[in-house]
Amino acid sequence: MSSTWAVRPECGPCPAAGVPAAGLLAEDELGTTITIPPVTDTSLIDPYVLQSVLSAALSHGGDMAEVFAEDSTTASAMLDDRRVEELSSGRSRGAGIRVVAGETTGFAHTSDLSESGLMAAAAAAASVAREGGAKVRTVAMSLGPLAAHDRGSRTLPSSVPKSTKLDLLVRADEAARAAGGSISQVQVGCGDSRRRILIANSDGLLAEDDQVRTRFNVMCVANGDTGMQTGYESLARTEGYEIFERYKVEDIARTAAGRALAKLSARPAPSGEVPIVLAGGSGGILFHEACGHGLEADHIVKDASVYTGQMGKLVASPLVTLVDDGTVLGEWGNFAVDDEGCAPARNVLIQDGVLTDYMWDWLRARKEGRASSGNGRRQSYQHLPMVRMTNTYLLAGSENADEIVAQTPSGVYVSKLGGGQVNTTTGDFVFGTTEAYLIEDGHITEPLRDANLIGNGPEVLRRIDAVADDFDMTPGTCGKDGQSVPVGCGQATLRITGVTLGGTA
Amino acid sequence: MTDLMDLASSVVEQAQSGEGMEVYVTRGTENEVRAYDGAVESLTSADSSGVGIRIVLDGPEGEGRRLGFAWAGSLDPTVVQAALSDARDNARYATPDPDVALAEPDGMASVEQELWDDGVISTPMEDKIALALELERATRAADPRVRQVSSADYSDGRVEVALASTTGIRSAARRTTAFVSVDAIAGEGADSQTGTGFSVGRSPTRLDPEEAMADAVLRSTRLLGAQKARSGRCTVVFDPRVVSTLLSVVASALSGEAVVKGRSFFAGRIGESVANAAVTLTDDPTDGRAFSAASYDGEGLACRRNVLISDGVLRMFVYDTVSARRAQTRSTGSAVRGGFAGTPSAGCRALVLTPGTKSVEEVLALVGDGLYVQSVTGIHSGVNPVSGDFSVGAEGLMIRDGSLAEPVREVTVASTLQRMLQSVVAIGGDLRWLPGVAAGQTLAIGDMQLSGD
Repeated sequence: MSSTWAVRPECGPCPAAGVPAAGLLAEDELGTTITIPPVTDTSLIDPYVLQSVLSAALSHGGDMAEVFAEDSTTASAMLDDRRVEELSSGRSRGAGIRVVAGETTGFAHTSDLSESGLMAAAAAAASVAREGGAKVRTVAMSLGPLAAHDRGSRTLPSSVPKSTKLDLLVRADEAARAAGGSISQVQVGCGDSRRRILIANSDGLLAEDDQVRTRFNVMCVANGDTGMQTGYESLARTEGYEIFERYKVEDIARTAAGRALAKLSARPAPSGEVPIVLAGGSGGILFHEACGHGLEADHIVKDASVYTGQMGKLVASPLVTLVDDGTVLGEWGNFAVDDEGCAPARNVLIQDGVLTDYMWDWLRARKEGRASSGNGRRQSYQHLPMVRMTNTYLLAGSENADEIVAQTPSGVYVSKLGGGQVNTTTGDFVFGTTEAYLIEDGHITEPLRDANLIGNGPEVLRRIDAVADDFDMTPGTCGKDGQSVPVGCGQATLRITGVTLGGTA
Repeated sequence: MTDLMDLASSVVEQAQSGEGMEVYVTRGTENEVRAYDGAVESLTSADSSGVGIRIVLDGPEGEGRRLGFAWAGSLDPTVVQAALSDARDNARYATPDPDVALAEPDGMASVEQELWDDGVISTPMEDKIALALELERATRAADPRVRQVSSADYSDGRVEVALASTTGIRSAARRTTAFVSVDAIAGEGADSQTGTGFSVGRSPTRLDPEEAMADAVLRSTRLLGAQKARSGRCTVVFDPRVVSTLLSVVASALSGEAVVKGRSFFAGRIGESVANAAVTLTDDPTDGRAFSAASYDGEGLACRRNVLISDGVLRMFVYDTVSARRAQTRSTGSAVRGGFAGTPSAGCRALVLTPGTKSVEEVLALVGDGLYVQSVTGIHSGVNPVSGDFSVGAEGLMIRDGSLAEPVREVTVASTLQRMLQSVVAIGGDLRWLPGVAAGQTLAIGDMQLSGD
């Protein structure tokens, strides 16, 4: 029930090196920009096989059977301590079969995509329905047409020479080290993945997606008189290698180095309740934790969220309009269909402070007799889908960011947030700073050491008294119930009148 | 298991001249039952397998060797062959490095562990389902204030591993695990609080669902009515589960790899006092009581007992083969790897803080006034093992006159890991073997900053 958002096992800013794990077949030709061909040419499983597997899955009864097939390749490279230490490639291929009978879900997965492998998994999933005493349902389904998705032009990571990827690492390493003599260590990682999925279910749904993601991250250590400090920055997009035409790895490196260097002279963060100004694009994790997880319908239907029963009520400052939107092209939480085959949507969760909707997957939506909101996601074919965020963001306001700071007599300015964690039942959540400064007399002054902030979701959301117009998004990895998925977070500069800062001063 | 070793060996036999190879193969089966509201909410049953291949190529004369890695989530021969050629290709691009090498047999005998219990296989699925259903029912019935059980889970797994290399390593291991956990929500008026309880073992017959239930109920109900506390400095007493988590963070700073790369606050401090003299910290996977006990490390070397801090003095770090060569020392048998898709790195596996003699009540009496912390949040966002900065969200109970008093929530406790190690006030004798890389017991740490109102 407690959900997290941080760098690794918990969840965090963007995917640190090695996550998601990696692998690609080597194709050392020149990087080329190509348009993905219609997915029907590359179906993971023959439609006739799908029909017989779905029928077998319902042979002991059940309300719905689903096949989720996945073929993913990942590749990563890491430069550490001035050496290219490791290139890694990986491939994972398989299918998960789900049978829903009444309130019970049976699930089995296999790495064997042959008809016999799938039939064995279908039998395992179906046995649950039998134990649940479900009525046999005769399936005479005809799978619907496969929609084509326009994903534009992408430079597939597999078309980029490894030497080109390594050049990016070296350039970032050099830029970070050039940022200051106190930079003592630099770790640079890049990674990419291509995830092809196919979903078919006994309601006739047939959908496919081909998701390409690329990430780049830099971690710096600065060493000074008062010990070591770290700085981190990442770039992660649901796009191919063309992102490096728009984003310079040197900039990412300098940002990471700058954070570590700034903290060398940092003083301990204050302890106790203080006004906080969060910079635009500083992480957006505030909303991910303060209400995002709490608005996931799986927590709501179990009365395990502080937002249960709050529909139509004022749950936040009127300045808050919060959206979860899987359709934002290129953002880290973007896809053409979710992991249940449902198209993503722009879902307004909070409008002018009033709670307007929760987020839904197939299972929880069915209970309420409504449609999924396109929030059914899973880490891989080895996992059951559940309600997950996509790109969650606060709509920009109209104020000027500098003026918000100028109108804050004293407080803390947070320019970068790390991870966080929430207990959805109580609404209590934490989120950590990785770059923060004191605000004194309306001016940003001394740097502060890292600390966690703690608050209660609905209380903190009511205390937002200013939202600026400098909106930006950041990528992250969200962990829930042992599953990690890529998500985006966005927000403009905003002020919270009081949050407890867990410093030592 | 023999067939897994045969598979690993057969791949290793394809090594070309001038090429080192290590092949790690695993195969496992998992079952998971989730009970909710008197019924089975989900039942998962699945097999999985995979291979990870590391290739070490000689670089240009005198410049060292290059490492490449590839993995695949299948033991299908054509997939394994594709991974092998990927690993070879990846190795061509790494920077030549004289410290890159595969582990070599070091003559250390492994301590054989009994980590397998057939009970995981012989227990019928109906009994496993019944375990989850009964845990859910009993937790709901245990206390009228328990208004919801958001999940009650039973899960088990069995995994077999074989590792073979061109350097002559052949190691195989297998283990079973069984686990129950329950999340209780206690309510009173508009107030809701949560508590999790669990029990782990090598077989469903060796679990203690009563303990899981009682823990979840106690933890959720005793927090009812919790408020913020006033900010100030105080002594903090951590629950054994929290201590296990704290030690796992300290462990990352004791990794020889972090040390040689200048990413640990312990770097350069061997032989110095880094903790209170009462602190002796040992990583001992050869102790069969540890849930994470093992005979072999992630490179196939024998696991061994390593005393890292004794009487407050830093004695050693843990190393895998490459980090040991960088530090001009030998592997301590401490390579850990996250399954077939991960490469080995240096890490602790079974940390134990040598227990004291006091019960939790005696520790509380000694402390007198302070904060008892039953759970923490934001470990990954608020604890930095490089700088040592420490700030976490906490919930628990105030300690007044040596006893637990009113409940507290929405506060943080902060210090630095360096200062916390020096400020140990008492180490409990109530050692608990927990899942993860460390055991835990009650631990009191002085002079921490509590942030609340």
